[in-house]
Amino acid sequence: MSKTGTKPKKTAAKAKAPEEALVPIFVMGKRYEVPASLTIQKALEYAGYQLVRGCGCRGGICGACGTVFRYPGSYRIEVGLACQTVVQPDMYIAQIPFFPANKAVYDIETLPAVGATLGSLYPEIFKCVGCGTCTRSCPMDIDVLGYISKAIQGDLTAVAEGSFDCVMCGLCAARCPAEEVQYNIAILARRLYARHVAPKAGHLARAVDAVEKGKFDKALEELKKTSVDDLKKIYKALEIEPDMADESWKPRDGVFLVGE
Amino acid sequence: MPYTPELKELIKKVEKTRPARVEKKRNGEEFAPMTLQEREAILKFHPDFKEEGRTEILVGPNKGYRIAKEMVRLFHAKSRLDPDAIDLSKPDFETDVLIVGGGGAGGAAALLARENGAKVLIATKLRMGDANTMMAEGGIQAATKTEKDSPYYHYLDAMGGGHFKNDPDLVKTLVVEAPKVMAWLEKLGAMFSKFDDGRLKAMHGGGTSRKRMHYAGDITGAEIMRTVRDEVKNHPDDIKILEFTPAVELILNASGACAGAVLYNLETEEYLVVRAKSIILATGGSGRLHIQDFMTTNHYGATGDGLILGYRAGVPLRFLHTVQYHPTGAVFPEQAEGLLITEKFRGAGANVLNIDGEQFVYEREPRDVESSAFIRECLERGKGVPTPTGKFGVWLDSPMIDILKGEGTVRKEFPGKWILFHRYGIDITKEPMLVYPTLHYQNGGLSINSRTETVVPGLFVAGEASGGVHGENRLMGNSLLDVMVFGRIAGCSAAVYAKSAPADGALSLDHVRAYNKALETAHVPVDSRVAPMILPDYSNPDVRKKQLTTKYVGTLR
Repeated sequence: MSKTGTKPKKTAAKAKAPEEALVPIFVMGKRYEVPASLTIQKALEYAGYQLVRGCGCRGGICGACGTVFRYPGSYRIEVGLACQTVVQPDMYIAQIPFFPANKAVYDIETLPAVGATLGSLYPEIFKCVGCGTCTRSCPMDIDVLGYISKAIQGDLTAVAEGSFDCVMCGLCAARCPAEEVQYNIAILARRLYARHVAPKAGHLARAVDAVEKGKFDKALEELKKTSVDDLKKIYKALEIEPDMADESWKPRDGVFLVGE
Repeated sequence: MPYTPELKELIKKVEKTRPARVEKKRNGEEFAPMTLQEREAILKFHPDFKEEGRTEILVGPNKGYRIAKEMVRLFHAKSRLDPDAIDLSKPDFETDVLIVGGGGAGGAAALLARENGAKVLIATKLRMGDANTMMAEGGIQAATKTEKDSPYYHYLDAMGGGHFKNDPDLVKTLVVEAPKVMAWLEKLGAMFSKFDDGRLKAMHGGGTSRKRMHYAGDITGAEIMRTVRDEVKNHPDDIKILEFTPAVELILNASGACAGAVLYNLETEEYLVVRAKSIILATGGSGRLHIQDFMTTNHYGATGDGLILGYRAGVPLRFLHTVQYHPTGAVFPEQAEGLLITEKFRGAGANVLNIDGEQFVYEREPRDVESSAFIRECLERGKGVPTPTGKFGVWLDSPMIDILKGEGTVRKEFPGKWILFHRYGIDITKEPMLVYPTLHYQNGGLSINSRTETVVPGLFVAGEASGGVHGENRLMGNSLLDVMVFGRIAGCSAAVYAKSAPADGALSLDHVRAYNKALETAHVPVDSRVAPMILPDYSNPDVRKKQLTTKYVGTLR
């Protein structure tokens, strides 16, 4: 126990408890022995790799570390994020740090917000054979085939909602026999949906209007000049919106509000 | 890894106190928040206040400034580059605006610089979008609900969170621009969580007086980043992107203005010269320096490179003596250690509990106060929950959320975390999470004004690399806002500057020579360290020992 209460997780090597068993893994076919509890990412570092590509947030959200692997005795190619997948004995591993996927270039403002837009920018969606490899490949457990089917049907909302958790790692595209670029189709659908289909936030327009008209400039200039002691007084007296309050809650004091 | 039998036994204590705590929450009875005096008193448990963790910078504009040793080590390191070895007379790239960093601030800056007529080059260390922005989960603050909130309240909250030390000009800009940023993102097609009528959903964050933290599920930063990145890539003629090519030094011209940068291609290992009319540093934070050996929530590339580049060019530092430890980093299971558990869990009603299942702190104190309370509970009062790897944590009672807000809320509002823990055999709708403070955010950075200008003409800084807007402690939801607000402003400012920038003047690295010289004069102990660090070193030391013919410059071969 260090004084700060946390030991660093600085290196895979240091992370290894002395008694921990080593297991063999095969990195691009070459055998290394690594502690059994490590993720593929930390196992690569333990093996001696200085990662440059194929490593990003180290927390399962950026999609940089798509990896394919195979377990012994199985013919199946499996996929996962290196930072999230714990090694298994005798696993064969190769990373896919980059995939040369096609991305359409478009103007989201003028693009028609209809389902047919997906097919016009990515006509290959109609080549989908429905094999479901994409869904089995998704490290985020997204029903990729499900949203691609909706894309073929032209249901923007369903594609947007169904693909929301996508980290754009590209593993679906890497494995697709129809050469779809599912994740780029998905972001196009989400942007079209959020820009043109989802209802606009009326209050946001009012708030922008108020700041553009400089409605708070005077009050803020005064705050800027207020002494710290007086600021503290104002701060302490602030009315706090209760945790459980719903959207109808209004503060008692409306002096610094523009209202609805 | 599911919870061990020992931890499962301790969870029973949490379950025992839960019904009464839920009842209190329903009635609006909260654990008493600390007074300002109590907050100040508890901060002595904060790592920032550990004097042995700091040391003095011996050179440059902030000579004498005491900050974390891990940072000072980099300020005391020499350049990666031998200034005499590089030919500046034949630039490899010429552009109007060079943006160093491909995260949220860099992306937003690129779009706005382009809108203002500039040709843009983005040089980024990893991929476009590989940044802390991508990892921000909870939300983005903006006073958009005009019937209950305004920039006035947002200003006060931000100042209170920052101990009233924040730069008032920067805070004013932050809060006034906030609604515009939300409208911009809505227009770009970022999919924020909304009610059926289009009203943006919003929650509290620690230290907010109004619910103004807007979100996109629990992947708000990822949604903003992937949307901005997609838009950046829709302008391939105007915005060029160089990935895996970090900047290692700024270039000045004869009149002292910033006029480019030296880049390093991480794959071919060659140095490249960019001549630019203006430069934006949007290099982000420094969690990967592992200050005081803390684990971190930060991105692999968060090594504070921009601080080094800007400081050597003469830009002063501000508020770098304060570092934010996010109160709730996962400490179990081991694979998830350091991982961010968004503050939104506490905003949604989850209590924080000690080993006895008892509350010991109000769950929505500002982050530094909350973290200090966790550290005190574990280390001073001995009421931490021991983990199998010999650490301590406190419980974050996520199952309360479904009880309070309806079955399915956790799965709907926190899909990312639910899946992650589900994979480890932990159902966070039934079992609490074990958490401890984790290195999260660089509160300070390079000095800028509200137009993101620095003391060096032609050099602009935006986002986590800059300092001042958050004072000594940033509130949740103000960092995504910061990168968007000041990224956009930097894009405008740099594009406008580029139009009038004098194109003459030879390029020079004299400031690097001068800095190296100053290190010698100050008798800074010289070793093999170089800065910027570029990537942390997590490779196996036993392997390195056997790399007998390999030469390392810093952490890289």
